[in-house]
Amino acid sequence: MGNLLLKSLTQTMEGLSAMLADFLPRLLAMIIIFIVGGIVAWILKVIVRRILSFVRFNQLCETAGFTQLLTKTALPSPTELLSRLVFWVVWIAFTLVALSGLGITALNDEITRFFLLLPQIFVAILILLVGVLIANFFGRATLLAAVNANSPSPRLLSSMVRFLIIILAVTMALERIGLGHGVILIAFSIAFGAVMFGLALAFGLGGRDAARRLIEKRFIDDQKKEDEDGISHL
Amino acid sequence: MDTYLSDDFLRQLTAAGEVDILVSIPTANNRQTIEHVVNAVQVGLVKYFPRERAALMNPDASSRDGTQEAVKSAAVRDFRSYLAASPLRSLRTLTTSYHPSRGQAGALRLTMAAADLLRAKACVVVSPDVTSLTPEWIEGLARPVLRENFDLLTPIYQRHRFEGLLVRNLLAPVVRAAYGYRIEEPAPDEAAFSGKLASHFLAQNVWQEDFMRNGAPIWMTTTALANSFRAGQSFLGPKVYPAKRAAQDLAGTIQHFVGALFQSLEMHESFWAGQSGSQAVPVFGFPTELDLGPARLNRKKMFEMFQSGTREIVSILEQVLSASTLREVLEVANGEEARCWFPDELWVKTVYEFAAAYHRRVMNRDHLLQALTPVYRGRISSYLRENRGAALEQLRERREALQMECERMKPLLVEGWSAKT
Repeated sequence: MGNLLLKSLTQTMEGLSAMLADFLPRLLAMIIIFIVGGIVAWILKVIVRRILSFVRFNQLCETAGFTQLLTKTALPSPTELLSRLVFWVVWIAFTLVALSGLGITALNDEITRFFLLLPQIFVAILILLVGVLIANFFGRATLLAAVNANSPSPRLLSSMVRFLIIILAVTMALERIGLGHGVILIAFSIAFGAVMFGLALAFGLGGRDAARRLIEKRFIDDQKKEDEDGISHL
Repeated sequence: MDTYLSDDFLRQLTAAGEVDILVSIPTANNRQTIEHVVNAVQVGLVKYFPRERAALMNPDASSRDGTQEAVKSAAVRDFRSYLAASPLRSLRTLTTSYHPSRGQAGALRLTMAAADLLRAKACVVVSPDVTSLTPEWIEGLARPVLRENFDLLTPIYQRHRFEGLLVRNLLAPVVRAAYGYRIEEPAPDEAAFSGKLASHFLAQNVWQEDFMRNGAPIWMTTTALANSFRAGQSFLGPKVYPAKRAAQDLAGTIQHFVGALFQSLEMHESFWAGQSGSQAVPVFGFPTELDLGPARLNRKKMFEMFQSGTREIVSILEQVLSASTLREVLEVANGEEARCWFPDELWVKTVYEFAAAYHRRVMNRDHLLQALTPVYRGRISSYLRENRGAALEQLRERREALQMECERMKPLLVEGWSAKT
């Protein structure tokens, strides 16, 4: 009986030792990859930051109105944001590679999916960035046009334009990474359609006279366009 | 030769040979007024330049109201009803068309090309809708070019005290300070050029640029000044045009004309950055000032638009103006309409900071120019209030004071312009 117990214990210990002998090098490799990944990510972050500073990326974003949006949301400058993004993406990628080295099957599937999704995530981020830039451009154009036309709520109009374009960009970005495929598109279509229908109704019923005057002024009676100041500036 | 000259127009030019004076009347649906203008030009040519070879040219922006037909049929048949003598030479009328999307640049480029090919000594451009145009305008514009060897003749009009506010408050003072010449109308509808200057304009590679569509006149004036062509001014008398034309969209006007001025500053930087002071430009004719008719003004509405406009676009103005200038502008906007005072110094600072921001491309340039409109309204509101009961002499003094302020503060423009982004 004693011999049997000893044998069983010895076998367990041998199995554990074998497991440890097998796992520890992997763990060590994981830690090394994790640390090297951190260093590589940091180096890439510095390189990206230098390149972006060299091409004056911050000024470009400022011109397009992107910096102001980041400032409003208490985010760092576009250069800093992009270099940090590179750092985290690279480090996470290294971390996942390191984790896959442990040989845990369930994790490996998720890691493979993540790597397949990575290009899509980049495209989605790009869509989002371009969307924000376009939204800011048209938002500002609407604000200025409304102010100069003495419209009653220039900021509301501008915010609406910006909001709609950003929503469209977010929808496209989420669609790209396969989140809520179909649902988001349908939700957006319904929401957009509802807003447009509401506006059409409001304009058609509530502002029939205004609409008539506007159309007459624009298409029929453009000769009678009145100067808001009543004087020639040239 | 480029394709902008049609075969038919080239044939007309070839048939015309050489001329001494070319008068161009660019049109775009001006059926109602064109006959008067063509007749005045013809009488002017026959009366004041009977011995010179002259041609009348009509570049038309594809009018749909029969303007070009009206030009062709508007020839004066019997000059005895206007003059004691009949013409010694026959007067040719050349007609051509251009696409309306090319704007003023389309008509002016055709005019310069025609002047170049016809070897015209003087080229005069007049508007098709100025009902106060007289034969004397042709003499006033063409004679200094033909007889006194001037290269550029710009007009001086007899205007209502509150007309041409953008010219008086921004265009003329900035041109004077930057280029060093006291030109009263730097963006003229009527002007005359020597053949040499016309050829110089034609050789410039700017005709396809966007800003030229509506801002060509200001580019032409500043280009002539920056290249040391001899400039003069001619007093033409009152300028009256249809109400339709007076009712221009202010934001669009600022965008076109101030944009063209800022663009010209960019092109001529090497010339103006080192200039200081200004010199008078010779004036022909006998300037008289009359306080012509009352103007319909809505100062209160203008001030309200300034107030609400600047408040709405503070975030945009923050990117253009320095903190101190913006604070002062907002202080004016927060005041009362009855006490609105937008001082010269603040206005000049504002304009120079806008010019520098335009140069540094702090944002889309069209947006930047549109953002100037509400601030301009504030300045004009103040100008109208201050000068409501001012005598003409006082008005002249105040105009001079603004121009001097512009000259005094020019280092600010140079500094802002050369500041690193």
